[in-house]
Amino acid sequence: MNISTDPWVWVGVFLTLSIFSFLWKENGFYRFGEHLFVGVSNGWSLAFMWNNVIKPVLIDRVHMTFKTAGSEGLSWKLFDPYQDTNFLLILWGIIGCLYFTRFIPKVSWLVRIPIGIFMGYYTGLSVPAYFQGSILPQMGATVLTRNSFASTGTAAVAVLVLIGVLCTLSYFFFSKEHKGFLKGTSYIGIIFIMVGFGASFGFTVMARMSLAIGRFTFLLRDWLGLVQ
Amino acid sequence: MQRKLPLALLIIMGILGFAQLFSPHPRWQDTHDILRNDMLRIIGAFALILGLGNLLRAHVMKIQRRAQNWPYSIVTLVGFLMAATIGLFGDGPRRVGMFRTEINGFKFDDMTIYFQIIVPLGATMFALLAFFMASAAYRSFRAKGFLAVLLLLSAFVVMLGQVPVGAAISRHFPDIADFIMRVPNTASKRGIEMGIILGMIATMLKIMAGIERSWMGGGE
Repeated sequence: MNISTDPWVWVGVFLTLSIFSFLWKENGFYRFGEHLFVGVSNGWSLAFMWNNVIKPVLIDRVHMTFKTAGSEGLSWKLFDPYQDTNFLLILWGIIGCLYFTRFIPKVSWLVRIPIGIFMGYYTGLSVPAYFQGSILPQMGATVLTRNSFASTGTAAVAVLVLIGVLCTLSYFFFSKEHKGFLKGTSYIGIIFIMVGFGASFGFTVMARMSLAIGRFTFLLRDWLGLVQ
Repeated sequence: MQRKLPLALLIIMGILGFAQLFSPHPRWQDTHDILRNDMLRIIGAFALILGLGNLLRAHVMKIQRRAQNWPYSIVTLVGFLMAATIGLFGDGPRRVGMFRTEINGFKFDDMTIYFQIIVPLGATMFALLAFFMASAAYRSFRAKGFLAVLLLLSAFVVMLGQVPVGAAISRHFPDIADFIMRVPNTASKRGIEMGIILGMIATMLKIMAGIERSWMGGGE
C-alpha cells in the first residue's frame, strides 16, 4: 500500500466518497458535494465564457478600436463591420446587456430583443442546417444503392435497416388508424423500437459502469496505491 | 411596440439566417460570418451570465429566507466565487492574471480546479447512475410479453457483449451485440431521430412565422 500525499488526490477522494455516500442514503456529505459541483462548475463556466468569448471577441477588439481611434483619429474604417476592430461590436454588447433589463420591471420587456435576435437568427440558420446535416444524410444512409449489394452481408444489413426505419416511422404515423397493412408495419416497427431501447439501455448502463470503474481505479490506484 | 418590435426582429433575423445558404457571394458569406461569430457568440455569452446571475440570486434568497438546507447554498456560493475569482483574475495556463495560482508547487489554477474538482464530481455523479439504473431496471423490468422479452434480451446481450465475461461465455456474444447496435438499434434510432428533427424544424418554422410566441412570455 502506497497512499498518495498529493492534497488534490485527497480532495478528489473526499468528493468521490461524498457522492458515493448517496448509495447508503441522502446525507450531508452528498448534499455538500452536489452543491459544490453546481457552484464550482458554474463559476468555472463564467470564467471560461469570459476568457474565451467576451474578452477576446468583444473587450479586446473594442479596446483595440479605441486605441486605433486615439492614435489615428476617427475614420469610417472604424465603423466598417467587416474590419476586425470596429465600433459596431459595441452594438452586440449593448444588445447582450439588454438581458439584464429583466431585473428592472419598468423596462423588462426589452429582454425580448436579444432573445428575438438570437432565436430568430439561430432558427433561421438551423432549418437548412438540420436538413443538410441530419435529415438528408440519414435518408442517404437508409436508401439502397448499388454499393449496398456489394456482398450478401451488406445487402442483408441494408435491407433490414431500410425495413426498420420505414416500420419505425409507420409506428409514429398517427394520421391514419393502425389497421390492415399499417397495423403489420407498425408492429414490426415496435419490435425494432423495443430492441433499440433495450440496446440503448444496456449501452448506457455499460457507459456508466465504465465511469464507476474509473472512480474505483482512482481510489485504489491513485489514492491507496493498491493496484498498478 | 413591446411585443411587435421583438417579433419583427425575430422574423427579420430568421429570414436572414435562412437566406445564408442561398448565395455563395463572398460579401454575403462575410456578413454571416460576422453574425455567427460575433453577434451570436456575444449575445449567447450574455445569456449565460444572466442564467448564472439567476442561480446566484436563487441561492442568496434561500440563505436570506433561511429556507430548508440553506447552509448548502453557502457551499454553492463559495464554490462559485472561488472558481470564478481564480478563473477571471488568477494566473492560468496561457495567461498572466492579478495573482499567482501556484504556491510552493501547489497549483490551484482554473485547469487544476477543472481536473481535480469538476471531473471527479461529474464522473462520480454519472457513475452513481449506473447503480440506480440497475436497481430501477431490476424493480420495473418484467418479462410480461413478447415485446418486454425483446427489450430485456437486447439489453442483456448488449451488456454482456461489451465485457470480457460475455466473450468467455460465448464467442458469439460480442458479434450479436454489435449486430444489435448496428441494425435494429440504428434503424429505430434513425426513425425516431428523423421524427424528432422534423418536429423541431416544424417548431422553428412556427417561431419564424410568428405563430409560436411563447418565448415572449406573458404580459405586455
